[in-house]
Amino acid sequence: MQLFVNIVVLASIYALIACGYVLIYRVSRVLNLAHGELMMLGAYAVLATASLFSGHPVMALVAAVVLSLVVGVLVYVFLMRKMTGEMVLAAILTTVALGILIRGIVVLVWSAQQQYPAQALGLPNPSLVLPGGGHISMWSAVLVGTNVFVYTALLGFLRFGRWGMRMRAAGQNPLLAAQRGINLHGVYALAWSLSTLTGALAGILMALDSGLTATMPVIGLKAFPAALVGGLDSLVGALVGALIVAAAEVLLIYYVDPLLSDVVPFLVLVAMLIVRPWGLFGTREELDRV
Amino acid sequence: MFRPLPRASGYFRTDYADEIALLQTRGERMSLAVFALVLVAVPFIASPFQLDLACQVLLASIGALSLMLLTGYAGQISLGHAGLIAAGAFTTGILAREINAPFWVTLPASALTGVVLGLIFGLPSLRLRGLYLAVSTLALHFIVIYLGGEYETKRGFSTGIMVEKPKIAGVALNDGRIWYFILLVFAAASLLICINLLRSRSGRAWRAIHAKETVAEALGISVAGYKLLAFVISSSMTCVAGSLFAYYRGFVSIEAFDLFLSIQYVAMIIIGGMGSLLGALLGAMFVTLFPYAIEALLKLLPNVQNLAGDIFAVNYASFGVVMILFLVLEPLGLVGIWRRIQNYFLLWPFKQKPLAGAGK
Repeated sequence: MQLFVNIVVLASIYALIACGYVLIYRVSRVLNLAHGELMMLGAYAVLATASLFSGHPVMALVAAVVLSLVVGVLVYVFLMRKMTGEMVLAAILTTVALGILIRGIVVLVWSAQQQYPAQALGLPNPSLVLPGGGHISMWSAVLVGTNVFVYTALLGFLRFGRWGMRMRAAGQNPLLAAQRGINLHGVYALAWSLSTLTGALAGILMALDSGLTATMPVIGLKAFPAALVGGLDSLVGALVGALIVAAAEVLLIYYVDPLLSDVVPFLVLVAMLIVRPWGLFGTREELDRV
Repeated sequence: MFRPLPRASGYFRTDYADEIALLQTRGERMSLAVFALVLVAVPFIASPFQLDLACQVLLASIGALSLMLLTGYAGQISLGHAGLIAAGAFTTGILAREINAPFWVTLPASALTGVVLGLIFGLPSLRLRGLYLAVSTLALHFIVIYLGGEYETKRGFSTGIMVEKPKIAGVALNDGRIWYFILLVFAAASLLICINLLRSRSGRAWRAIHAKETVAEALGISVAGYKLLAFVISSSMTCVAGSLFAYYRGFVSIEAFDLFLSIQYVAMIIIGGMGSLLGALLGAMFVTLFPYAIEALLKLLPNVQNLAGDIFAVNYASFGVVMILFLVLEPLGLVGIWRRIQNYFLLWPFKQKPLAGAGK
């Protein structure tokens, strides 16, 4: 039972992070390798807002989330907008460089020590007992709930929302979409802001649960295989992929070797790339096949 | 080799030997001789610290050259370069530690590891391109690092493996100057290998594959074969660099080969300038010396004490900024700047005005 709970929690973490990769890739065909760092930035923003709104934890959290939304737009407007139409490698490397920059800044501002935003906000983290006998910490439960909410909202938004439809159109054929009067830069900026928003949510909730260090981006990178296993342009795929990767990771750690933790997602990734490179739910023609 | 402009005066080849010669004019021969003299003189002028920097640059340039071959010419993106260096270093470390192998066993063994790993890293490239290939090499990087870490913990070298300096005729190579010359020879050999590979059939095949795979295939180039060849050559060169790294440092630990190192190597070829061996060398120099330059600059500032703990973070952040600046403002890299300066002086007092759209 505990194993099952662990899988669900880890899958939620991965899924919440992976949807950030999927959103940006689906709309603009850019792989954002700075996602882990942006997620960490969101979590550290809580520390900043916690001291600003001391005594109002909810206000602080909302402010941090809004802040991350703004960061997403800024990243697009000042950086990624210039990279539209460049080589794949150049765009990826720009995000990598952005990630390095953010990491450096975070350590400069907040130091590399472990921090506990939950304490800064004065929020408890009690352990809950589930009906089947498993334990789950409160913030992990909130994270699972948030994940369900985010995915429902995103799927609904992409399916029925006006801007959601524009995003899908831009992803399918940017040229055609632009000629039909869709503001591509607006759509891309929206994708980036939504992606950082969901990433920041994941980062904040993880930090509330188990503290915060500058090594958080590693988790962001480990969530990437989840996105790819499901198919880089499919939200449902990200959910399924996260479940697969999380299950593989938890089970292998439990039954084989705890040292495997960092490498399991990438083993799954390699296996997937060999068998079905475009992922479980990805669109096949997207892939440059030789 | 690509030359942006003809030499200042016309130079016409009169026989085939001229065509094949690496250095075609007396000017080139002279400048190379001067450059070689300077390189030989360096260890006798430089302080031990500067000598160490020079050795690091030489080591990095071997790695950067091999990555340039793969990414800059054959067009295969790799984010797993640190994994390959780690593989070379670990092969050497393990062999030296477990069976006391001398360097003339470990170096070829590392190269062989490189060949095998190159095949493994290269296999995904037969199916995948662009972003997916980058991701698969990234995953392989993590797997290699995991295997190295597993070896360290299982054998009880959790802090790292000590590697003794190699001995030639019973004399241990401890002196920094000797190491400088060893590395210089290896770097020069790598450069020569790269130049010759690139101006022969294999180089033309790689460039064709880079430009358009379908057309390359139609021209009768075995795309799969040459892709694998690029991976194999590049990774065996990289593994040799890793082996040299292990001997030079005398110490191998898996922490030294994190993802950041891979990114640094990719940064070298981006900052140096894609598709140019000179670029790989310039980039290797720039990226290796950059943290030391930042540190030196920081020391000039007042109240250094406050910053002392943050030097690493400052390095990190400024490295990110420099990389972004190069990617956005100067996609041609240092080589682009160098060529512009060269052209300026070649054409002086006239100025070159590139045609619109000609600035590839």
